[in-house]
Amino acid sequence: MVLLDIHEPGETPVPHAATEAAVGIDLGTTNSLVAYAVDGKPEVLRNIHGEGLVPSVVAYLDDGILVGYPAKERQFDASDRVVSSIKRLMGRGIEDVKKIAGTLPYTIEPGSEGMVRLAIAGRRVSPVEVSAEILKTLKSRAEKRLEKSVARAVITVPAYFDDAARTATKDAARLAGLHVLRLVNEPTAAALAYGLDKGVEGLYAIYDLGGGTFDVSILRLEKGVFQVLATGGHAALGGDDFDHLIAERFLAERGETKPSLTLVKSALNAARTAKERLSTDHEGRWDIDAAGRLSTHNFDRVALETLIEPLIEHTIDIARHVIEDAKLAANEIKGVVLVGGATRMPIVRRMVAGLFGREPLSDIDPDEVVALGAALQAEALTSGSNTLLLDVTPLSLGLETMGGVVERVIERNTPIPVAHAQEFTTYQDGQTAMLIHVVQGEREMVDQCRSLARFVLRGIPSLVAGAARIKVTFALDADGILTVSAREELTGIEQRVEVRPSYGLAPEDMEAMLRSAMEHAREDVETRLLTESRVEGQRGLLALKSALRADGEILTPIERRTIENAMAGMERALSSTDRDMIEGWIEKLDAETLFFAERRMDRGMKTALEGLAIESLESKLQAAATTGSADAR
Amino acid sequence: MNRNVVDDRNVKALAGAVKACWSCRGPVDVRAMFCATCDALQGPTAVDHFERLELSRTFDIDLADLDRSYFRLQRLLHPDRFAAKSAPERAHSLAHSTALNRAYEILKDPLTCAEYLLTCLGAPLAGEDKTTADPVLLGEALERREALADATDALAVAALAAAAERDAEVCRATIGRAFTGNDLKAARAHTLRLRYLAKFLDDARVRQPRGAARRAASAHGATT
Ligand SMILES: Nc1ncnc2c1ncn2[C@@H]1O[C@H](COP(=O)(O)OP(=O)(O)OP(=O)(O)O)[C@@H](O)[C@H]1O
Ligand SMILES: [Mg+2]
Ligand SMILES: [Zn+2]
Repeated sequence: MVLLDIHEPGETPVPHAATEAAVGIDLGTTNSLVAYAVDGKPEVLRNIHGEGLVPSVVAYLDDGILVGYPAKERQFDASDRVVSSIKRLMGRGIEDVKKIAGTLPYTIEPGSEGMVRLAIAGRRVSPVEVSAEILKTLKSRAEKRLEKSVARAVITVPAYFDDAARTATKDAARLAGLHVLRLVNEPTAAALAYGLDKGVEGLYAIYDLGGGTFDVSILRLEKGVFQVLATGGHAALGGDDFDHLIAERFLAERGETKPSLTLVKSALNAARTAKERLSTDHEGRWDIDAAGRLSTHNFDRVALETLIEPLIEHTIDIARHVIEDAKLAANEIKGVVLVGGATRMPIVRRMVAGLFGREPLSDIDPDEVVALGAALQAEALTSGSNTLLLDVTPLSLGLETMGGVVERVIERNTPIPVAHAQEFTTYQDGQTAMLIHVVQGEREMVDQCRSLARFVLRGIPSLVAGAARIKVTFALDADGILTVSAREELTGIEQRVEVRPSYGLAPEDMEAMLRSAMEHAREDVETRLLTESRVEGQRGLLALKSALRADGEILTPIERRTIENAMAGMERALSSTDRDMIEGWIEKLDAETLFFAERRMDRGMKTALEGLAIESLESKLQAAATTGSADAR
Repeated sequence: MNRNVVDDRNVKALAGAVKACWSCRGPVDVRAMFCATCDALQGPTAVDHFERLELSRTFDIDLADLDRSYFRLQRLLHPDRFAAKSAPERAHSLAHSTALNRAYEILKDPLTCAEYLLTCLGAPLAGEDKTTADPVLLGEALERREALADATDALAVAALAAAAERDAEVCRATIGRAFTGNDLKAARAHTLRLRYLAKFLDDARVRQPRGAARRAASAHGATT
């Protein structure tokens, strides 16, 4: 029977596909970028002045919020309202931040659930909100440049980011109206850009030293497979730290003991300028004109290198560990790729070359390579691709056991996604509840690791110590985000938590922020829901079409017409923007084709059984032949 | 007669060989990854790690074969392939990819592979084997441990590690022969020894300064 296929159901292109784009975003400590790829060719999206970088700086002024260069320009005349390097606070708790608070040019207060808030010009904003402002700017730049709506993105994060920082990044995207297709590790994104553009194969190391974070990853590149073998780094080590060291020196030279906020910002600014200049020059002289006094500072490359060498040595040490974790020797690595602005420093190049015994590669702009890789991955995830990214988790995950000792459940450098279970037991007679404390890190003791979540598993049957069996499962998805569930095996009592409470944004805060977000953010949420419904409707239609092709002959002409009518209805719904209508038709199509599905199953079972009858007869004959007996009864 | 019982069981098992596809709701082979009718990804089935990676159940896995299988299947099943697909397909893909990673991790390392194979063959090394072992093995372990404790410089530690690595290499070959010859008792005994050696090598690594550890690591890479 020929299928009357007037409008080719299921093959109607999703109407908005051509007007929606998925981009790649490098959300950096110092600079952020957005890029877009078409047919495997990624490109950084620039503003009308040709600038690709958006400084990760946000200014909260009385008449509005500025992001990027305009915000940066206000850092002296409105220094108490300008926020920079916010990425260093993503997913951090008040305790972590205290250590670096003195060096941060803004006031930090505790927020709900142990997270931090910045006090800025009478407002209290969270790091997630500040990051969301940067993401909104990138999103709108992309929309302007591409003349399409941009609701989906691949966002890069430092490979060494922990679960809390990853969750915070996803929250920021949600707040900016972006659906995160995937969080990709920055060095992995860089490897993707290199591998696809330069066609390199073999074992490669990526050394990424940016403004605030350091990452190093070892990858095996082979026929379109990007397999991360090991990764490591430091979540708070980068160009910013060099600036601080230099600024301290300048301030000491000025004889300042209690510098004002403005003076600190001026000193940091002079420090950064000096540092960057000394990558090409050998010496120079820098002025700090603040707090009513001008000071001049002579500084040269040798002094700079002496100052920062311990920090670079630390990165080299981490790189050594990672090479070891990959079970390799440095000389087995075919090439080392430099990523991040701070790798422009001659001392970095020298020391990296020393470790690997070869000159590092930097033929793709180290500022742009991460965003380019993210854009490639965004295209791959939405339009399909043959490349495969296999990443690992940078940090071990474990549970607190007796005496504050960590029991590891997932080791670092395990490929993700991953799920591991471990059994624990009670240590007191009649114990009916158990505290589950999830930590991340490599140290033996709980208080040296990062605490991710605590929850209590209740309802454990009252037994003697050691008799209950509590199975705790850790699952990391492809974004490296953790879910923990615990189950008492005897009773089947189960609890599942998405690990976010400790340092992420509390769910209520998130809801409130989304509600109060700008009008367009709400539209974006609606757009996403519509996309989901369309995908589902489209899937149902395609599946039904395949079923008709395979088993259509079991229908009477009238039955077939009923089904075709329902399909036509679904298609009409799909070409609209009415989500309720699409949802309605999804249900309707399901209901109206149920009889068809049942008939197909009946037939399928019968065929399978017939096949079996033959198989079993054959096996009997075979058995008879081998044993020489015809007794098959 | 015995055979007839098996046949009846087969019929029962295979009658459950067809299930309804979650997407088109038609019949689909329970072992199929994708529905033959509508192409939708199905959930993973409960198979052993060898079958998961489409390898034969053996200790002597060719690492190149393992990689090839693993990459090919991840290419088909990884969540990146389903990022723009419907929620059930994303969930199935996550489950498949997780199971593949687990299988790969276990089979890649000769020690975990041997332990797993013993479990599959019904002769698992239970937890208590970690402590109760034969006296010869305990003696050897003790001796090595003492030597490590006595080692005063990096060179001495490296030499001990290299010797242990050579022994591990021989031990792996012996385990391979034991499995081939279906001698599970020997396979268990030598796997237990490999466990001790691996633990010793870990401890030696911690004791070594970086440079020496790197030399040892490169030796490891060359021999496996
Ligand atoms: N020529 C240069 N010499 C030395 N340092 C430089 C130079 N150019 C840029 N930098 C430094 O590089 C850092 C910014 O690098 P990059 O833009 O790669 O970081 P980021 O991506 O924002 O940060 P991260 O990746 O850590 O989140 C800054 O500290 C900047 O001062
Ligand atoms: Mg960066
Ligand atoms: Zn199907």
